[in-house]
Amino acid sequence: MTPRHEGRLKLIRAVLPVIIVFLVFLGIGLRLWYLQVYQYQTYQRLSINNRIRLKSIPASRGLIFDRNGVLLVDNRPSYCAAIVPEDIKDPHALFSFLKQALWIDEKEIRKRLKKRAYFAPFQARVIKKNLGILEVARLQTHLAEFPGLEILIRSRRHYLYGELASHLLGYIGEINQRELKKYQKKEKNVYSPGDYIGKYGIEKTLEKELRGEKGGYQVEVDANGREMKTLDRVAPIPGHNIYLTISIFLQKKLEELMADKAGAAVAVNAETGEILAMVSHPNFDPNLFTTGITPLQWRALAKNPLHPLQDRAIQGTYPPGSTYKIVTASGGLEEGVIQPDTILFCPGYLRFGHRSYRCWKKSGHGNISIHQAIVGSCDVFFYQVGLRLGVDRLAFYSRAFGLGKPTGIQLPGEKGGLIPDSRWKRKRFHEPWYQGETLSIAIGQGYVLATPLQMAMLMASVANDGKLLRPLVVSKIVDIGGKTLKKCKAEIRSRLPLSEKTLKIVKSGLWGVVNEPHGTARRARLKDISVSGKTGTAQVVRIKRDKLSHKKVAVHLRDHAWFVAFAPSDQPVIAMSVLVEHGGHGGSAAAPIAGKFLRAFFDGEEQY
Amino acid sequence: MLQIDRKLFKNIDWGFTILIFLILAAGLINLYSATSEKNVVSNTYFMHQIYWSFLGIIVMAVALCISNKFYKENAVIFYIISLILLLIVDIYGMISAGAQRWIRLGPVSLQPSELAKLSLILVLGYYYDAKKNMEVLALPDLLIPIILTVIPVGLIIKQPDLGTAILLLLIFISIMLYEGISIKLFFALTGAGLAALPLLWGFLKPYQKARLLTFINPDRDPLGAGYHIIQSKIAVGSGGVWGKGFLQGTQCKLQFLPEHHTDFVFSVLAEEWGFMGSLIAIALLGLLIVWGLEIARQAKNRFGEVVAVGITAMFFWQIVINIGMVIGIMPVVGIPLPFFSYGGSATMTNLFAIGILMSIRMRQHAYPVSTY
Repeated sequence: MTPRHEGRLKLIRAVLPVIIVFLVFLGIGLRLWYLQVYQYQTYQRLSINNRIRLKSIPASRGLIFDRNGVLLVDNRPSYCAAIVPEDIKDPHALFSFLKQALWIDEKEIRKRLKKRAYFAPFQARVIKKNLGILEVARLQTHLAEFPGLEILIRSRRHYLYGELASHLLGYIGEINQRELKKYQKKEKNVYSPGDYIGKYGIEKTLEKELRGEKGGYQVEVDANGREMKTLDRVAPIPGHNIYLTISIFLQKKLEELMADKAGAAVAVNAETGEILAMVSHPNFDPNLFTTGITPLQWRALAKNPLHPLQDRAIQGTYPPGSTYKIVTASGGLEEGVIQPDTILFCPGYLRFGHRSYRCWKKSGHGNISIHQAIVGSCDVFFYQVGLRLGVDRLAFYSRAFGLGKPTGIQLPGEKGGLIPDSRWKRKRFHEPWYQGETLSIAIGQGYVLATPLQMAMLMASVANDGKLLRPLVVSKIVDIGGKTLKKCKAEIRSRLPLSEKTLKIVKSGLWGVVNEPHGTARRARLKDISVSGKTGTAQVVRIKRDKLSHKKVAVHLRDHAWFVAFAPSDQPVIAMSVLVEHGGHGGSAAAPIAGKFLRAFFDGEEQY
Repeated sequence: MLQIDRKLFKNIDWGFTILIFLILAAGLINLYSATSEKNVVSNTYFMHQIYWSFLGIIVMAVALCISNKFYKENAVIFYIISLILLLIVDIYGMISAGAQRWIRLGPVSLQPSELAKLSLILVLGYYYDAKKNMEVLALPDLLIPIILTVIPVGLIIKQPDLGTAILLLLIFISIMLYEGISIKLFFALTGAGLAALPLLWGFLKPYQKARLLTFINPDRDPLGAGYHIIQSKIAVGSGGVWGKGFLQGTQCKLQFLPEHHTDFVFSVLAEEWGFMGSLIAIALLGLLIVWGLEIARQAKNRFGEVVAVGITAMFFWQIVINIGMVIGIMPVVGIPLPFFSYGGSATMTNLFAIGILMSIRMRQHAYPVSTY
C-alpha cells in the first residue's frame, strides 16, 4: 500500500464514520420532531382521553359431536354485567343502582373486584353472569348514566344431554391463577384472567384444539370509557370441532342400564379400540359449571359419599376378581404349567400351609380341566395354576394384558391400577412375598387392582386375537372450514405373548361361561348372537360366606360385581366391561347389564 | 498489570469523564421517574440501580488502570471463559426447559451474554493486532473472526436472546468495515448474509417472528407486539416540545406503557422532557459515540483501535436499536438503552467498557510523550 493510499484511508476512517453516526442521529432527531412536534396534537389527544384500549373478542369454542355427527356440546349466548373499575365516576350511585337492578350488594361487588387484583388495568370485570332478559333491559336503559358499567355478550358452554357422558365430556371453568401461571410459561398471551378453560374430561385434554384463537380490537375511548372509534380489529378464529368415538345412542342405553347403580361400564370396538360408550355412575350435570356453580351445589357434589365427580371407568381401581382368571389361565397354558387336558381336583377348598382356601362352590367342582375351570370359575383350579406360575410370572402376563399401567386414553387423571410382584412387595412393605398371597392374586383378589377401562381393553385384546389397543375417544378433529385435521387410527400398544393355541382355549372357555349349562354368566346370553365373557366378584371385605346370605350384608360391605365380555364370539366386533360397586355377584348383577346392552347394540348395529 | 503511573494520570480525558457522569446522572433521574409509582413507598429498582452504578464506577476505575497489553494478552482467556459461561447457561436452560439468561451466584445473578459482547471485542482486537497495520483483509483472514463471532452468537440465540445475538453480529460487521474490507468481499458477504436469513428465520421462536412481522405490518397484532409500539409512540408524541414535566408522564404512570423501566425507558424521558429533553439526551449519547470514534482514530496500536471501534459500535447499535424501537422505526427486540435502562449486568458491562475506552485513551499519549 502506498503512503498516499494510506493517507486517503486515514482520512476516510476519520470522516466517514462520523458522518454516518451524524446522519443516523439526525434521523432519530427528525423522527422525534415528527412525533413530538408535528403530530403532537394527535398523540396529545390520544393520551389525554386515554385513549386506546384493547378489547379482546373471545373465540367461540369448538363444538363436540358423537361419532355419527350428533351434536353433544355447543355454545349459547349469555349476557354478563361487567364493570371497568377505573371508569367509575360515582361509586355510590352505581352500587345502589346495581343493588336495585341485579340484586347484588356492594360487598359482593367489591369482593369480586378485589379477588381479581391480577387483572390488567381497564379490563372489564364480570360481576354477574347469565343475566335474565329483564335484567339486561334494566341495565341497558341506565347504561349511559353510569360510566364504567358494561353489558358483555359472552358465549356459555351448553351440554345438550346434561348428565349424559359427563365424565367423558368434562366441563370448563374460569381459569385460575395457577393455570394462568402454568400457561404463561408455555405460551404467552393465550389466556388472560376471566377466560374459560377446560377443567375436566375431553374439554381439558383437547383444550388446545377447542379453544380457538382470540381476536381483538383497539378502540379509542373517551374519558368515560365509551368506545368512540375502532382503530384496528382482528377477528377471532373459532376452535376446532371434535367428533368423539362414542355413539350417543349407545351411551344413553348404557347410562339407562347403570342408572340406579354406582359403578362403571365401558364398551369398545374390539378391532380399533374406539370407545363406543363409557359410563361412570353417579354422574353430574356439567351445565352447572358454566352457569356458575353455587357454593352449595359445589359442596353437594364434592361431599357426596358416592363421589359423582370421580370417573370410575378410568380412575376407579378395583380388584378384578375372577375376571382376572383370564390372565392366570393364559399364563398357565403359555408357560406349560398346565396342559389343555390337565385334570385337577376341586373338593371345594385347597389346603395350603396351615390354612384352607375355599372355592366359591362349597361342594367343589370335582375333577376338571382348564376349560371347565373357566366356565365354572373354579377357584381351587386357579389356586394351583397360580402356585405353579408364581407371582412374578403372573405379574408378567398381567402387564402383557395392559394391567398395572394407564391405557393411555386421552382423558385426564387416568389411574394405572396395581400389579404386585415380589420386588414391589419388598419395596413397599420390606417383606418377602408369601406363597399364600399368590393364591389370592391368582383369582384376582389381594393387591391386584384394575380399572374398568383396563378390563375392557383386556377383553378386546383377547377378542381380536392378541392386539393390545390404545383406547380412542376422539374419532376426528375438523376445523371450521370442514377440513379434517386429524382422524383416529387404531393404535396397537403391543401384542399378547400368547400362542394361537392358548388364545383358542381361553376363548372357548369364555364362550362356555355364557353358553354352557354350568357357565356363571348365562344371564348375558342372546338368542341369535353368541357372547363370550367372564364374571367376577371382587371381595370388599372377607366375610364368611355361608353365615350370611347376600341380602343381609350391609351395602357398603357387599362385593363388587364384574362382567367382561365380547361378541359375537367367532368374529368379535365389540368388547366391554361392567362393574357394579357392591352389586354382589357378577353373574347376577353385572352380566344382565352387558346382555341388555349387547342386545341393543346388535339390534341397532346399522345405525352406529 | 496495573500501571499506576502519575504521568499517565495526567492524560485522563476529563471531558470524556464528565460526559459519562452527565449521561449516568440523566439515566438515574429518568429511571427514578420511570419506576416511582403511585402508592409505592420504597423504590427498590432505583435503589438497586444506584448501587449498581457505584459498583460500575469502581469497575470502570479499575479497568482504566489496567494496561492495554494486559487486555490483549488475556483476550483469548477472557473469550473462552465467556463461552463456557454461555454454555453453562444454555445447558442449565435446557435442563430447566425455559428461557435462561442468568447464572445465579448466591445473591448475584450474572448475565453471560453481556460479558460475551466485551470478550468478543477484545478477542477480535487481539486477532487484528496480529495482522499488519492498515492491511485490508481478504476472505481467508476473515474466516477466523467470523468463526469467533458465530460461536457466541449461536449460543446466545439458543437462550433465546435475539437482541444480543444481533448486537454481536453488528459489532463484528462494524469492526470489519472500519478495518477495511475489499469491495468484492463485502458484496459477497452481504449476499451470503441475505441468503442465510431464511435459515435464521427457522431458529426464531414464534413470539420473535411475531414481533418482526408486526414491525413490517403493525396491523397484524394490535393486541400483542403492536400494542407496545403504539403506546410508546403515544407517550413520546404526547410529550410535545417541552414535555409533561418530571414525574408527570401519564402514559407511564397509568401503566399503559409496558417495560417502562427497561426497554421502553426512553419513552418515559421523551414524555416527561419533551422534544428538547430528548434532543439533549440523544446529543449526549451522540457525543459519546463521536468521542469513541476519535479515541479509535488516535489509538496507538491496532488492538486499541479495534477495541475502541468495537466498544463504540456496541454503544451505537444499542442506542440506535433501542431508541428506534421506542419511536417506532425499528422492530421490538429486547435491547436496553445503555445507562438509561434498569439492569445490573448491563450497567456493569457498560461501565467496564467505558473504563477500557478510557484506558486506551490515556495511553495514546503516554509513550509518545516519553519519547519526545
